[in-house]
Amino acid sequence: MTQHHDTTEQHQADWAEAAVAEHDSGHDPEHPGMYATPGTELRSREQLVLERIERARRARPRVREKLITLAHGAGGKATQSLIEAIFLDAFRNPLLEPLEDAATVTSGTARLAFTTDSYVVSPLFFPGGNIGDLAVNGTVNDLAVSGARPDHLSAGFILEEGFPVEDLRRIVASMAAAAAAAEVSIVTGDTKVVQRGKGDGCYVNTAGVGLLTSDLTLGVATARPGDVVIVSGPVGDHGITIMLARGELDIDADLVSDTAPVHGLVRGLLDAVGPDVRAMRDATRGGVATILNEVAKAAGVAVVVDEEAVPVRAEVRGACELLGIDPLYVACEGRIVVVVDAGAADAAVAALQAHPLGAGAAVVGRVAEDPPGLVLLKTGFGGTRIIDLLVGDPLPRIC
Amino acid sequence: MRYVDEYRDAEKARALAAKIAALCEPGRHYKFMEVCGGHTHTIYKHGLEDYLPESISLVHGPGCPVCVIPMGRVDDAIALAEQPNVIMTSFGDMMRVPGGRGSFFDSSAAGTDIRMVYSPLDSLKIARQNPDKHVIFMAIGFETTAPSTAMTVLRAAAEGIENFSIFCNHVTIIPAIKAILESPDLRLDGFIGPGHVSTVIGCRPYEFIASEYGKPLVTAGFEPLDILQSVYMLLEQLAQGRCEVENQYSRVVPWDGNTVALRAVGEVMELRPYFEWRGLGFISHSALKVRERYAAFDSERHFELPGVRVADPKACQCGEVLKGVLKPWECKVFGTACTPETPIGTCMVSSEGACAAYYNFGRFSRQRVREATEVHQIGVHQRQADAHQIGASQA
Repeated sequence: MTQHHDTTEQHQADWAEAAVAEHDSGHDPEHPGMYATPGTELRSREQLVLERIERARRARPRVREKLITLAHGAGGKATQSLIEAIFLDAFRNPLLEPLEDAATVTSGTARLAFTTDSYVVSPLFFPGGNIGDLAVNGTVNDLAVSGARPDHLSAGFILEEGFPVEDLRRIVASMAAAAAAAEVSIVTGDTKVVQRGKGDGCYVNTAGVGLLTSDLTLGVATARPGDVVIVSGPVGDHGITIMLARGELDIDADLVSDTAPVHGLVRGLLDAVGPDVRAMRDATRGGVATILNEVAKAAGVAVVVDEEAVPVRAEVRGACELLGIDPLYVACEGRIVVVVDAGAADAAVAALQAHPLGAGAAVVGRVAEDPPGLVLLKTGFGGTRIIDLLVGDPLPRIC
Repeated sequence: MRYVDEYRDAEKARALAAKIAALCEPGRHYKFMEVCGGHTHTIYKHGLEDYLPESISLVHGPGCPVCVIPMGRVDDAIALAEQPNVIMTSFGDMMRVPGGRGSFFDSSAAGTDIRMVYSPLDSLKIARQNPDKHVIFMAIGFETTAPSTAMTVLRAAAEGIENFSIFCNHVTIIPAIKAILESPDLRLDGFIGPGHVSTVIGCRPYEFIASEYGKPLVTAGFEPLDILQSVYMLLEQLAQGRCEVENQYSRVVPWDGNTVALRAVGEVMELRPYFEWRGLGFISHSALKVRERYAAFDSERHFELPGVRVADPKACQCGEVLKGVLKPWECKVFGTACTPETPIGTCMVSSEGACAAYYNFGRFSRQRVREATEVHQIGVHQRQADAHQIGASQA
């Protein structure tokens, strides 16, 4: 190897040196073995390093970037840092702090679930639905998995100059139909129009309230060792459908989005095994893997998933293989993840399967005590690995 | 799924694992390098190390296309993207690779037009759709991807497209393997050869590894059973006192490679006298550039390139990791200053990078992971039968 110096510019990566310095200054005198020297026994050195990493992971999230990048919207680690370091930090209050799909608010004696969501999916129309279906179903589902009966929705539109009115009619008609199917009414709204080039056709925001009729305390933090993890059907249909609908891949598959309101499915489940349900989530952006990480982190438990037990359609699996992505990270829009007491697992699966949306429900894993905070996968091949939060979503603008 | 499931059969894996264990000489430790990042990814994704005895270590090699891109080339590429009327196009993997002043993602956030593509032909399509812009394809990768870049240039030339060029960063695998073989601090017992590269160059170019350096090499496929089998084949060679180049991936890799692809690369590109590799420094005749006769499609000739050289951060030990001298977790900044969300080194960026693979999939005491997954196996398996029936009726 020879050195050549024919370049015109030479400099240092200042940001990298700064990042290193910052972590060096965090050197912990109580753990002198942090930078274990060569010669120490290999296994114990590895253990020290792993402990050092766990400490770094528990550190308060920070947003280091000067500008928002697409990663901040991808639902993975960057999104989580943004929410915790910017939004939660500024708005902090006990109702927001659990960061659940919906907040629980009280009004007089009534307990309400309250949620909001914005939709920027591209393309606006895709097999199985459009942005309108998503906007209604998404908010209905956030309310439903909070244990509420979805009631009233708002609808906000940001339209781009030049957007075809006919397309808007189709979107709104879908919203009306979805609202009727979910037994909710859209009772307030807002419209803004931006200049051509300042939006992408149509963005929709919905907010919703629903009545909490039971005393159930649901939340990912309540999961405990021994609990069982169930998904309500094949995962990843929506994300892969959108990906293929963009037409960039030249792959054809007989696949439609799974967008659907899950309120009926949830009602059936709660009627059957309500008191045994610890948490429900709809597996949207970031997929099932992201939800399981939230469970592991919030409850301080391990979640052990059996890859072979996770229902995935052959078309989705095939597309994921080609794209090099894991179906566990791909968005669904009508699937829920349920954590239930082990004793109620069979009854929960049966209740889900009794509903058309839950026909493919299956137990996919269990909650364990150790190692806390981690999601582990027993691979179909027979090995094990970690399922971490996603970094850098391969599928932007999925919902 | 056909062509996939048969190579992921746990039953066959157990049988092969038993044969591997039986071939290991008691008291001997074996170190095999998988050259290709695709193999590293497979090993972690499927938890393949659970099938190997403790006496076998797999060492992750330099064959990850984005891992070997030096920071200066990223800065140069961003400088190209900042030119007026330029659309930069790139594989998704490249978007987060750090340069001296940030990544493509950061540059895009700051206002440049950088788009992800799945193939260089997509870049050409963007060029056709945007005749008033100049479209650049950030060409990266080993011999695996060089042919598609070359074919795209040939297509652009045939169609007379004038607003398209490539920023050529293609590298070649053999000089990197040589650099590893000549590295004084590494003792390897054999190589798992890069399957994808070999579909293009064949197995013949590796013969010197066996004949001159005395290391066996088995070219392997990318499914977990392929890798287990190639480990078995390496052990068998060692046990029988052989030292050869063998082809485990013969269902795809022809011994003499793909002559059509090689001809296309040779038509469009030629070897550079030297090229900088992240962590490995300058290596002679280790990369490709566009030939004079296709100068019109060469971004380096089209634009004034700053030719940035960025010193690797002092704490970064990517070079040692790429050469297999250090395990990812042995790097000083692994998992603290350098994580997949804020990578300092390129090995932490791509899912094929040794550090990212280890961080995402393998980071944790293997024993505790094994205990946790085994305790609960029985319960899950009982229900699995039902789940499968449901899955089958829906498929």
